[in-house]
Amino acid sequence: MSVVRIPPVLRAATGGEREVQVDGGTVADVLDALYERHPAVRTQLQTPEGDLHKFVNVYLNDEDVRLMSWLDTEVTDGDTLLILPAMAGGAAAAR
Amino acid sequence: MARSYQDLLASAREQVPEVQVADLAARRGSGDDPLVIDVREQAEWDEGHIPGSVHVPRGNLESRIAGVARPDQEVILSCASGNRSLLAGITLREMGFENVSSLAGGFQRWKQSGQDWTVPQRLTQEQRSRYSRHILIPEVGEAGQLKLLDSKALLIGAGGLGAPAAFYLAAAGVGTIGLVDDDVVDASNLQRQIIHTTDRVGMNKGESAKVAIQALNPDVDVNVHPFRVTRDNVIDLVSDYDIIIDGTDNFPTRYLMSDVSLMTRTPLIHASILRFEGHASTFLPYDGPCYRCLFPEPPPPDMAPSCGEAGVLGVLCGVMGNIMATEAIKAMLGIGDTLSGRLLIYDALDMTFTELKVRRDPDCPACGPNAQLEFRDYDAWCAGVHRATAVATA
Repeated sequence: MSVVRIPPVLRAATGGEREVQVDGGTVADVLDALYERHPAVRTQLQTPEGDLHKFVNVYLNDEDVRLMSWLDTEVTDGDTLLILPAMAGGAAAAR
Repeated sequence: MARSYQDLLASAREQVPEVQVADLAARRGSGDDPLVIDVREQAEWDEGHIPGSVHVPRGNLESRIAGVARPDQEVILSCASGNRSLLAGITLREMGFENVSSLAGGFQRWKQSGQDWTVPQRLTQEQRSRYSRHILIPEVGEAGQLKLLDSKALLIGAGGLGAPAAFYLAAAGVGTIGLVDDDVVDASNLQRQIIHTTDRVGMNKGESAKVAIQALNPDVDVNVHPFRVTRDNVIDLVSDYDIIIDGTDNFPTRYLMSDVSLMTRTPLIHASILRFEGHASTFLPYDGPCYRCLFPEPPPPDMAPSCGEAGVLGVLCGVMGNIMATEAIKAMLGIGDTLSGRLLIYDALDMTFTELKVRRDPDCPACGPNAQLEFRDYDAWCAGVHRATAVATA
């Protein structure tokens, strides 16, 4: 089992769950297991072609999977997969 | 055979040539800048000295000279009236310095003849008291406090993040604080924007923050910039400051500030907040990753709710704003390890701090070696026009 950490903006798609425990040997497997549990997450993270959106970063523990083997990166028991979309919040002022 | 002070001076004068004030001044005026070492005591130096001269008290001359001058270099020694510098000249000659001379009449004659002189910057008695807890820290000290007083920080937004950051930077004695905000204080801001007050609802946020800062610390100059940053005004704005503290709530400004940080090589302190979660990092241009190395593209608007839409825990702003202020102070002082290369995630609900590695992207379109960095239409880009299909299905 590995843990997927869900960022605040995706929690509406996971019914408020902040962490989801799923099985999977690669990043792609883990994400598929997540989509199976919470189908609404898929369209938030994936393009229609099945790639991850460029504005979504995925970290295996503390390392960006883009710099590893991307969706084929191996995931082992106890690993944490962190989904990180950019967040802009602050002052509603300058634009 | 006992020798008097006068005997010593007379013999020193035979061995160490003297330079006249007028000759030294003329050489300096023509751009020839010989090394002048002032051998007086600390208190004398503090009251004034020749600009550009180096202070090495005579008592430390033998031990410190190697760090200041080479034996084959011309050295002009100076003291108050030209006697101690003669005796110091003997010492340097004994140490193998061939080209040593002494300023005749010393600093007194220099000053009396109308040459320019400076007093080193020092904290006033009030400042020593106000900043005493900083001065006690070896990494800050009086020199560090003077650096802060001399520093200029630009805050983009005087809201959730900017309010606590500006307040603490002002308390810390950052000498110039610029506040960019075209918005006015609203009652709904007061749950977190602690620099504003109930009786200032309706006032421009920069102006309101200025009132609070001036009441807190008269050492701080506050520049209020009551407009929006745009690609047309941002370069002029940033070039007056040493550091950018970005606490805005929208992606167009985030990417604009990232690009201008690179263009002007100004460090960028970053934080963002939503509900119970905060992100923070520090972007040092061309030294560490930039914001676009971390997030190459903005999310579509529906994936990027603002605090106005999704809410934010008030106290979270204090934590993240002060992480920004801490990073800014460290960068100004040149101490410690910044968040460059790291993204810090604070989850207030779990009370956990998570750190992610952020690497410089060798193909980064903003800071990579082949990048052709220029301003773009950030609003259109962030509205996601180019990926309408992805947004529509999301």
